[in-house]
Amino acid sequence: MNSLSLKHVLGITLVLAGIAPVALSAQQEKPWEKIPIPKLHEFKPQEPERIELKNGIVIFLQEDHELPFVSGSVLIPGGSRDEDPAKTGLVGLYGQAWRTSGTAKMGGDAMDDLLEAKAAHIETEGGEDSTTLAWDSLKGDSDQVYSLAMDLLFHPKFSAEKLELAQQLEATGIVRRNDDESEIADRESGKLVYGANSPYTRQPELSTIGAVTVDDLNAWHDRTIHGKLIIAISGDFDAAAMEAKLRAEFDGMPPVVPEPPRHDVFAGPTPGVYFVQKSEVNQSNVQIVGLGLDRHNPDLATLSVMNEILGGGFASRLVQKVRTELGLAYEVGGGFGFAYDHPATFRVVVLTKSATTVEATKAALAEISGLTSRPFAQLELDRAKDDILNSFLFRYDTRDKVLAERVRLEFYGYPADYLEKYKAALEKVTVADLDAAAKKYVHPDKLAVLVVGDGAQIKPGLDELNMGPVHPIDITIPQPKQVPAAEKNQ
Amino acid sequence: MQIRMRTAALFLGLAAMALCGAQAQDLKSFEQKITTKVLPNGLTLIICERPDAPVFSYTTFIDAGDVNDPSGQSGLAHMFEHLAFKGTSQIGTTDYAAEKVALAKVEAANNAYEAEYLKAVGRDENKLAELKKAFLAAQAEAEKFVIPNQFTDVAERNGAEGLNAETGLDDTSYFWSMPENRLELWAWLESGRLSDVVPREFYKERDVVIEERRMRTDSNPEGRLFEQFAATAYVAHNYGRSGIGWPSEVSQINATEAMAFHKKYYVGANIVIAVVGDVKASEAMPMLEKYFSKVPGGPKPEEMTTVEPKQFAEKTVTIREQTQPIYIEGYHRPDYRDPDDAVYDAISDIFSNGRVSRLYRSLVRDQQIAAEAVGFGGFPGTKYPSLFVFGAIPLPGHTPAEMRVAIHKEIEKLKTTDVTDDELQMYKTRTRADLLRGLADNQGLANDLAEYQTRYGDWRELFKQLDNVDKVTKADIRRVANKVFVASNRTSAEIDTSSPEAPAKASAANDGGAR
Repeated sequence: MNSLSLKHVLGITLVLAGIAPVALSAQQEKPWEKIPIPKLHEFKPQEPERIELKNGIVIFLQEDHELPFVSGSVLIPGGSRDEDPAKTGLVGLYGQAWRTSGTAKMGGDAMDDLLEAKAAHIETEGGEDSTTLAWDSLKGDSDQVYSLAMDLLFHPKFSAEKLELAQQLEATGIVRRNDDESEIADRESGKLVYGANSPYTRQPELSTIGAVTVDDLNAWHDRTIHGKLIIAISGDFDAAAMEAKLRAEFDGMPPVVPEPPRHDVFAGPTPGVYFVQKSEVNQSNVQIVGLGLDRHNPDLATLSVMNEILGGGFASRLVQKVRTELGLAYEVGGGFGFAYDHPATFRVVVLTKSATTVEATKAALAEISGLTSRPFAQLELDRAKDDILNSFLFRYDTRDKVLAERVRLEFYGYPADYLEKYKAALEKVTVADLDAAAKKYVHPDKLAVLVVGDGAQIKPGLDELNMGPVHPIDITIPQPKQVPAAEKNQ
Repeated sequence: MQIRMRTAALFLGLAAMALCGAQAQDLKSFEQKITTKVLPNGLTLIICERPDAPVFSYTTFIDAGDVNDPSGQSGLAHMFEHLAFKGTSQIGTTDYAAEKVALAKVEAANNAYEAEYLKAVGRDENKLAELKKAFLAAQAEAEKFVIPNQFTDVAERNGAEGLNAETGLDDTSYFWSMPENRLELWAWLESGRLSDVVPREFYKERDVVIEERRMRTDSNPEGRLFEQFAATAYVAHNYGRSGIGWPSEVSQINATEAMAFHKKYYVGANIVIAVVGDVKASEAMPMLEKYFSKVPGGPKPEEMTTVEPKQFAEKTVTIREQTQPIYIEGYHRPDYRDPDDAVYDAISDIFSNGRVSRLYRSLVRDQQIAAEAVGFGGFPGTKYPSLFVFGAIPLPGHTPAEMRVAIHKEIEKLKTTDVTDDELQMYKTRTRADLLRGLADNQGLANDLAEYQTRYGDWRELFKQLDNVDKVTKADIRRVANKVFVASNRTSAEIDTSSPEAPAKASAANDGGAR
């Protein structure tokens, strides 16, 4: 109903009673503990059917007859991290132009007309490590929409006009990328961790998107379409009939060509304080960053519990201290990030008024260092485990979530019982595990602090952080080389 | 938790109107799943049985928002919403009896400080500093009894997922999801905070809220633009007031005012609670009734008398700053109960929904002057007469003036030529499908049921609104466009990019009256 209501959402990511020296003893009566918690209703999530074709393509079928819709997706390995750096932005443009161009049989505009009249969708998207074609429609239209989607998958006809449109939209994003403080901070902190030229953080520029041609889009498509496709269908359909239909389409394809392995180097940030000047703001966005972890890490469960204690909820150390006790932030939180096939980032974020930038940064840094110096309390551990385990159910409480998880695990080569094993590991985490993991993984001396804000208002200044000289970062947007006006006019 | 503002993030999703409508058979099937009960205190409970997984979601919907903030207290409803996470006399305290006494002293100390601070003539700075010290001491004394965040802690430890709240101008909602075996625990927590709220840590939380304002409005170009836009479009009605609060006002709200707001607006007749999920109404309803009967009765608060007078002069706002250009314009339209409500929805759909929409095809695809262009009804709220807004994000090298011309051309076309049969049918089909899609999500459904029950007195309207959607004609669209989209009824706002060398603008980014 409210299409735009500028609603204020109470920021939740962000607090801890166990740490504060609270006189729990005085509160003997805990009325809520007297409320019975019956045994949870028996629940076995419905797993999708998995079919592996001879050529290596994998299909997941998840029936769900509650509503008369069918949706599907094809996940294709290869994404922006694999593109030519001189053409950074190619995969993003590909994701747009693929669908808007359409096919030889039906151009993108005509497809829009046909689909929207049926309240159906076919969309394509480019991501960091993959591209996706996805569709959905009412059941009655599902055969026709499926056929269109397959036509688009196998016979796209990239058009120069739609590529140009995509380039213009992308250019708009580029020239606007310094308008919003958070966007600047997220982007620049990532670059501090991975390096400005890393495949994970390099940014499209007007010149790199301008270098992309229709031939590039065709070449990208022709290469990636032979990768290990993962097809997922969910909704109101019959699995046997759907399997037959998919086999007819995909069985005849040649064996899949795996993406070449990546050999990225992840050094982590050069420690120190970095600053981006942003005028017309009265709040600083502070990001404390380092290298994070990947999910193969054997201490994943322990680190996940540590995350919860550091910045996971209202009871976390960061929120409790910086928001609740000091009143210095609305948004504060963070911790170790985990990616599936490369190290993610460690990131703690605090948004605070310009004048308290140093105070809030010091408070957040103290909580990070505190992981190694302040022993974990049993109460903290219990609370974090309760938080994670009692809400664990919400990772698979709908059939679509179960399906999405299975696709993710398949894509990154994790076992299908990953969540169960992860849950079992979470249950076993001890205080000793936490102490050991903190010593092993938390290195305050290896972190970089990025502040985006208005230097004139940041008083005391960032030198008061006593972390060495402040390194300014120039975020000026490079303009592509202009054809001299005289030449142009001839 | 990172709020990632992509280009024009504000516009994304604006056009996604949560509309309403479906076949009768859906209504019938929902009537079997839904049980409604109005308690003696006036509070309405709705249970929708959806036992797919052992979880439930709830929404508590309060028919009061920042539009109800008393004069001089903008931001109060939102401030109260934050207070509702601070616990009750039974949770969050080591000794409530002693805490209560300490909190009264905090309030007295704050009042003494404020009285001196607000003296226009003869303020004694030394005395002010003393009073501030006394206030801080009283605050520290009260904090000794606080168990910080115990309310949210208990909820989170028991599996609360998506725990949050929203305050809009029209209303306030509280929501989360939980494993179904925690239903009674939830009822204890939720009924507690509705009926027994304590002004705990109020003044620190006020600082948190001011920080939220800095994030959403002061330090955000679109936040600033939309605040100025609404403030200019309205001369009388509270829709023109900052929802999160003007800095000088939100920084001086006190706990007494927040508690008075609670007393007036958090009465049974003003509250609807919807629970959706693995819940059996026959077992749960008596239990819920026991807990939620604690909420005070009291009369439904009186409706406000102010009606925005008819606009007769076009108004414009121009913000000159270093950020990239944006153009928006709005026209006053009636509230959501107007018989033409669905006509506005149709216009929004035809103008904004997807790559087939008129504004996309005209401004983005064909003229290639904008990256995004939308038209949507219902800003900054929907309960009272609001604005139908058009807006566009120019491509590099293009200006707000070009957006304005191009949007006006499309509006003119709407006035003079009927929309096509296909466009009108598409609106009706998509609305129906969107309603159906929304039924698959417990939390979304709980929000919708509570909102429709509040707004129409009957959750069935969620389905029945489809009748109004089906009745929209081409002539209706032309009639409404000609009536509403006229220059004298227009307010426009834009950001014109200035170079960094230009003299600094009057700084909206300053804290104003904040202390």
